[in-house]
Amino acid sequence: MNRPPEHIIEVRDLVKRFGSFVANDHLTFSVFRGEIFGFLGANGAGKTTALRILCGLSYPTSGEIMVAGHNVYRERESIKRKIGYMSQKFSLYEDLTVSENIRLYAGIYGLGRKYIREREKQLLEQLNLSEIRDRLIRSIPLGWKQKLAFSIAIFHRPVIVFLDEPTGGVDPITRRQFWEMIHQATKEGITVFVTTHYMDEAEYCSRVSIMAEGRIEALETPAALKEKFEVSNMNEVFLKLARREKEQHR
Amino acid sequence: MSVILSDISKSYDRVSALDRISFSAESGELFGVIGPDGAGKSTLFRIIASLLVPDKGTCRVSGYDVVTGYREIRRMIGYMPGRFSLYMDLTVEENLAFYARVFGTTIRANFDLVREVYSQIEPFRKRLAGKLSGGMKQKLELSCALIHRPRLLILDEPTTGVDAVSRREFWELLGRIRREGITILVSTPYMDEAVLCDRVAMIHRGNLLDITAPEELKEYNYPLYSLRSKRGAYAYLDKIRNLEGCRSAWLFGDELHVTISSTDEVEGICREVSRWADASLVWKPIPAGIEDRFIELMQ
Repeated sequence: MNRPPEHIIEVRDLVKRFGSFVANDHLTFSVFRGEIFGFLGANGAGKTTALRILCGLSYPTSGEIMVAGHNVYRERESIKRKIGYMSQKFSLYEDLTVSENIRLYAGIYGLGRKYIREREKQLLEQLNLSEIRDRLIRSIPLGWKQKLAFSIAIFHRPVIVFLDEPTGGVDPITRRQFWEMIHQATKEGITVFVTTHYMDEAEYCSRVSIMAEGRIEALETPAALKEKFEVSNMNEVFLKLARREKEQHR
Repeated sequence: MSVILSDISKSYDRVSALDRISFSAESGELFGVIGPDGAGKSTLFRIIASLLVPDKGTCRVSGYDVVTGYREIRRMIGYMPGRFSLYMDLTVEENLAFYARVFGTTIRANFDLVREVYSQIEPFRKRLAGKLSGGMKQKLELSCALIHRPRLLILDEPTTGVDAVSRREFWELLGRIRREGITILVSTPYMDEAVLCDRVAMIHRGNLLDITAPEELKEYNYPLYSLRSKRGAYAYLDKIRNLEGCRSAWLFGDELHVTISSTDEVEGICREVSRWADASLVWKPIPAGIEDRFIELMQ
């Protein structure tokens, strides 16, 4: 297999319009192999629109966009095979068991039966979930669901996994165990793209971009952003950027 | 207007949602209840709002018992549930007018109190509530909960799903409402919001872990250190956890927070860390935050 490029995502001048509304206004950025890339912004800033384009679910109006070495206009199916996706809102089927969910997703990605059986066993052991493999998703705690959903999202060894607001509402230990899993995945060569509007999640990222009103207002490491704005956390960075934005529009 | 809970327990089918919770919120206080999903926050607030009867224990709001005095209590409180619960097919203005009339008052009588929050949605007063954005719905709900000038405001996760800017504005608003002499109970799953409260109760799986004022948090029973490195904190996580005397180590953004089991172990661990050849490594004692405390109490 060819090694994927060092830039797992390459976006140049991405524009997406809905009628006269510009949801993404000339976005240009790259995501490097093996990093945790945070994609932040307020509600309505244009995150979801861009995310859908990167996942091959919608076409951009214009711009050059490559994901995992594939063109988003012509090679959407190849992109879908190479990426993983997890969202907090919907990730697992509540009325299927733990094991059924794993086999369903693995099957969709076309993995072989024997391979699935072995990996499933291994995965359940790692997560300490072997005992509950036949329980319905509906009946297991939120924290377990999230860890399982992440494991399933990377079960087919994607080049990059998109996490759409992954850790809301869980207790602080579960949340950290979740981030340990994310770090572990990057060590295994998977690139991670996280959208969130919770700024403490941004602190875990290698680099973050902050969107406001369809544009990227900042793109740096959390440490560099905090230094630049002379504040102690990403929440303050975000507030300063967002308020500056508001004032400019007055 | 005080809220006093003693030994409140509640179970749903045999699943315990609250287990002997006792605390009191003083009159005029901005009191936070903090905990993850499923901790029991909503159950607790519904009991205080007299909407749910506890299995055991008593709860008194301004001296009235929530079971026998619910009529009096309901007149005095404003309650904003976690799930959007206004009338989607009424306009912004109609919703507000309805809530005012239910409580036997008018929008004009208490307009001063809601002016600040309502003015932000007033341009859309003819719009159906169901057609508002998330942030605007939240502001309308707050307006409706305030329009009868309650003495106690109960807000169940008002900032969940709201972006950082709106969250900050919402908390600033709560500060001003409190200055009107209104007691506020507010729940949140976000630890960083705890510092904005006068005091917080931390709950987890139906148990009260602790009640504290954010500034008193320095009282942490163990030495706490932070580790940072250009190589990334995660690279050191296993190494730290394997050291003798390390009670726990967790990622906190780009650093590790390391709790050491006793002061006697500090020297040994510091010596060990200083041997790791990494010029960018920063290792220093830090005061505990609310999240450190929450994690410690969970273990």
